[in-house]
Amino acid sequence: MEFKGHAHKFGDDINTDYIISGKYKFKTLDMNELAKHVMEDLDQDFYSKITAGDFLVAGRNFGCGSSREQAPLAIKYAGLSAVLAKSFARIFYRNAINTGLPVVECDTDQIEPGDELTVDLAAGVIHNMTRGITIAVKPLPPVMLQILNDGGLAAHFRKYGEFKLDQEENDGL
Amino acid sequence: MGQTIIEKILSNKSGKKVGTGDIVVAAVDFVMGQDGTSPLAINAYRAMEGQKLFDPSRVALVIDHSSPSPLEGVSNLHTLMRDFSRETGCKMYDIGDGVCHQLMLESGNIGPGSLVVGADSHTCTYGALNAFSTGVGSTDLAGALISGKMWFKVPETIKFVCHGTLPSGVYSKDLILFLIGQVTADGATYLSAEYTGEAIGALSIEARFTISNMAIEMGAKAGLMEADEKTFDWVKRYGGSGFTAVSADPDAVYAKVLEYDVSGLEPQLAKPHRVDNVAPLSELAGRPIQEAVIGTCTNGRLEDLRIAAGMLKGRRVSPDVRFIIAPASRDIYVQAMREGVLETLVLAGGAVVTPGCGPCVGTHNGVPSDGETVISTANRNFKGRMGNRNAEIYLASPATVVASAITGQITDPREFVSR
Ligand code: SF4
Repeated sequence: MEFKGHAHKFGDDINTDYIISGKYKFKTLDMNELAKHVMEDLDQDFYSKITAGDFLVAGRNFGCGSSREQAPLAIKYAGLSAVLAKSFARIFYRNAINTGLPVVECDTDQIEPGDELTVDLAAGVIHNMTRGITIAVKPLPPVMLQILNDGGLAAHFRKYGEFKLDQEENDGL
Repeated sequence: MGQTIIEKILSNKSGKKVGTGDIVVAAVDFVMGQDGTSPLAINAYRAMEGQKLFDPSRVALVIDHSSPSPLEGVSNLHTLMRDFSRETGCKMYDIGDGVCHQLMLESGNIGPGSLVVGADSHTCTYGALNAFSTGVGSTDLAGALISGKMWFKVPETIKFVCHGTLPSGVYSKDLILFLIGQVTADGATYLSAEYTGEAIGALSIEARFTISNMAIEMGAKAGLMEADEKTFDWVKRYGGSGFTAVSADPDAVYAKVLEYDVSGLEPQLAKPHRVDNVAPLSELAGRPIQEAVIGTCTNGRLEDLRIAAGMLKGRRVSPDVRFIIAPASRDIYVQAMREGVLETLVLAGGAVVTPGCGPCVGTHNGVPSDGETVISTANRNFKGRMGNRNAEIYLASPATVVASAITGQITDPREFVSR
């Protein structure tokens, strides 16, 4: 999977209320509708600034707060191709993988707002075209990779009917 | 090598001895979803081609976040949940029953050694009952509904040892706010927390719930405590039995051990817009507030309402303050009614709303206006959390909230409380 787009940059501790406010998430399961309000409390016009394929770039602890799966879904349906952050909160991280939103742990200090990036998930590398630099990616834990490769957790369950996670591959995590 | 509480519970539930870093698929004892997360979980259950629940008697859905429904969209999602419960035979808690976490604590289904997953981040609350309980998303929840299992990475543990005695007018909420301020919002990410020491042992079980509830605000996967007589009394009161306490081994290995003496602690507040933006009350006293909220899964219990009523007997809240009370469950509501606690609060100028989440998450029931300041007993004060990004939220103990409601500005409760 290779993605190309521009960076939209935010700071540390972006919580799930900022990603999609509680007042919207209860109303509907229409993710296209929710997507219009993504990051609205931090930047009211954010949705209109997104070009399909762009990246959401942030600092530490991205996705902290509630367990709402509407958060990764709103990001995905807004047309963003991946989230790049220094670290992620654990429930958000699981939800993103389960719903097929790529989440990439890397040093985002090397990315400025508007930078043009290509993200190669298979090779585990980011090219910052604007700055002419390469940024290393922390590899996904094998168990996460397995779920992502199966096409998300729902597809995993359609295939196996349960959590079928290869212990051997996961040893040494 | 010795084990921590979470290592032991995950060993018991996966049928083999596990340690930090292992990936385990473990059997869950109970699965819970609320109205903000269950509709997506039902979608995921269908996408997984789920045929039936692993055990309907171990599954509960709760309508608490937008309860009663303020909008037709919400009503339709609620109906989706009711239909699913009828189809699958799981337990359904409907409007007026209370906040999902309080209902789980009062269900008798959860006790020492249990493993619970809930599609709500504050599921960690049951750690105070010596259970490993944690928040998951809707798709993970659907997997648990079908299989009765969940995968986990066995986390390292950070141990908080709290020595001394909390001073009068200072509560478990002040203590957990202080600890979050110390370790920050991601200080325990990917870790389990254990809270121990004589200051924790001295707390009532209700006061302990407040601490475990906010473990997620430091990023933790769980907020565990040891079981004692108070733990078993609580479980027994709600008809639970057959639980065995799980203690950490003396030679268990911790990522970090942090020790504090709480004897000199003063009331603490989380300032806008972060839970780890914590300051002692003395730095904030005098700031005007327009709305005061007692309730939520953090501090909407009988003990909290009693503290509020004790301070408000014969007093009224400031005419410039809207005072909102949301009992955490129907049981608490009825008890508070019988004891005259609600009467005192209402006569003091309070507005009691339906047992449930109340105004906590900004769906209804007390959305602040632009430029207003709210003081609340909740666990989150993010910008926009209560439905208006142009309002500010301070988090505090019920006593601090009530003292501030009386004067109309952030006020030290020790001016009103004598314990
Ligand atoms: S009371 Fe607030 S924090 Fe607790 S479950 Fe409800 S919305 Fe979440």
